[in-house]
Amino acid sequence: MVNLGDIRDRVFSFFEEVGALSRFTSRFFREAFRPPFEWAEFLNQCYYVGNRSLTLVGITGFIIGLVFTMQSRPTLLEFGAVSWMPSMVGLTIVREVGPVVTALICAGRIGSGIGAELGSMRVTEQIDAMEVSGTNPFKYLVVTRVLACIFMLPLLVLIGDALALYGSYLVEHVKGDVSFQLYFNQVFDALTFGDLLPSTIKSFFFGLAIGVVGCYKGYYCSHGTVGVGVAANTAVVVASLLLFILDFMAVVVTDIFYDL
Amino acid sequence: MKAAQTSRKTSSSGPDGRSRVLEIRDLKKQFGENKVLNGFNMDLFQGENLVVMGRSGSGKSVMIKCVVGLMQPDSGSIKILGKELTHLDRPELDTLRTEIGFLFQGSALYDSMTVRENLEFPLRRHADKVGNRDTESLIIEALESVKLAHTLDLMPAELSGGMQRRVALARALILKPKIILYDEPTSGLDPITAKEIIKLMQDIQDEYQTSSLIITHDVDCARVISNRMILLVDGVNYAEGTFAELSTSQDQKVRAFFK
Repeated sequence: MVNLGDIRDRVFSFFEEVGALSRFTSRFFREAFRPPFEWAEFLNQCYYVGNRSLTLVGITGFIIGLVFTMQSRPTLLEFGAVSWMPSMVGLTIVREVGPVVTALICAGRIGSGIGAELGSMRVTEQIDAMEVSGTNPFKYLVVTRVLACIFMLPLLVLIGDALALYGSYLVEHVKGDVSFQLYFNQVFDALTFGDLLPSTIKSFFFGLAIGVVGCYKGYYCSHGTVGVGVAANTAVVVASLLLFILDFMAVVVTDIFYDL
Repeated sequence: MKAAQTSRKTSSSGPDGRSRVLEIRDLKKQFGENKVLNGFNMDLFQGENLVVMGRSGSGKSVMIKCVVGLMQPDSGSIKILGKELTHLDRPELDTLRTEIGFLFQGSALYDSMTVRENLEFPLRRHADKVGNRDTESLIIEALESVKLAHTLDLMPAELSGGMQRRVALARALILKPKIILYDEPTSGLDPITAKEIIKLMQDIQDEYQTSSLIITHDVDCARVISNRMILLVDGVNYAEGTFAELSTSQDQKVRAFFK
């Protein structure tokens, strides 16, 4: 039997969590623009965030390009529209698949990593030790990691997109004898600034979501080692969910601008 | 032995003319309905080793976290080196924290950094306090004082529990603080390593002339290191005195600590 009290508690706890996450995000923006700035740690985190996901994003992007083209080709052949392949793949990858898939990979790889790292620092009192030594741990640990996610995600998306398009080109080259120049000319003819800009802006927000959720879950981790596992796990789940919500909102906003 | 209710002097110096470095008055902290600290009072004098003993969950760690500003008390006053903690803004608090060394129960070394980087971290943050002194020489000096100079480039995971505690002690000392807070310095260590840590605490006290507040439930540690003790029971200082006075007390609650 459904207990109304339980439902009410869950609803309250959901909104409490949303409120806490919003306060955490607003604190991030306040601290990010207030000196002193932790440049060295920020660059360090950029390297880790980029390096940690580069191989995975690259391989995934390449395979998506291959598979997407191989799956679409027979249908386009049937309609005699196979020449549309480069522009279709280009638009799909750049506008939607590239940013979303890259962000999901980063949510799994970076978000969980940040959640687990900060979580274990919290339960072993390393964050308290940092605070006691006169360092602002929020600025040193959270701001640097979130900024690194914000700036690295669009770069990873760019690399993922490029490799996906290259994968697609290889299929077209093998099956349709299409040259590199012809393929990419068609891709860039189809793409406009209006396709690149929304997807780039969207990537910044995806980076923000992954960084903030990972840091929030880790920073407020409790209940020892079990809590660290929970923090890492929920960081991925919440960030992934948030990515789809943000993607939907981005599509709606872009659509409004196209209509204008 | 003094009862907790003894009226307290509020002058800046103690009975033998030593200055107060830490004053806690009527400290209260509760979590939900659970009153952890219920009007705790304490003075720590210059050069003194004060041990606070209490059962698990008696509020010792909460008290020490309030002292360094990791927790906000519900009410009461904490004065460190003459400055009221609750009135300080963030930069003032960070500056004051350079005068306080804190040894955490689990050492709390940054596990992504080497021993050198762990000790360098507070030095880089407070370059003004270090002045013209060479960072490397300060790190080696601190590590030599805990007899671990050879561990400079090791990661914390490569050290034993006792060595980690000693490196953490070196980190707590690196900015030459006036006060050192020890949170269960011997917990989780075997008896021999625990004795080494206690000996190290005494050596550091002699060398650096610091005032130490030691939270523990290790009677051996209290016997060796304390100049004075406070027993924390039900959120208040139940009894106060030297180890000899308290260990021979006829009060049942006091005796329970020394059985």
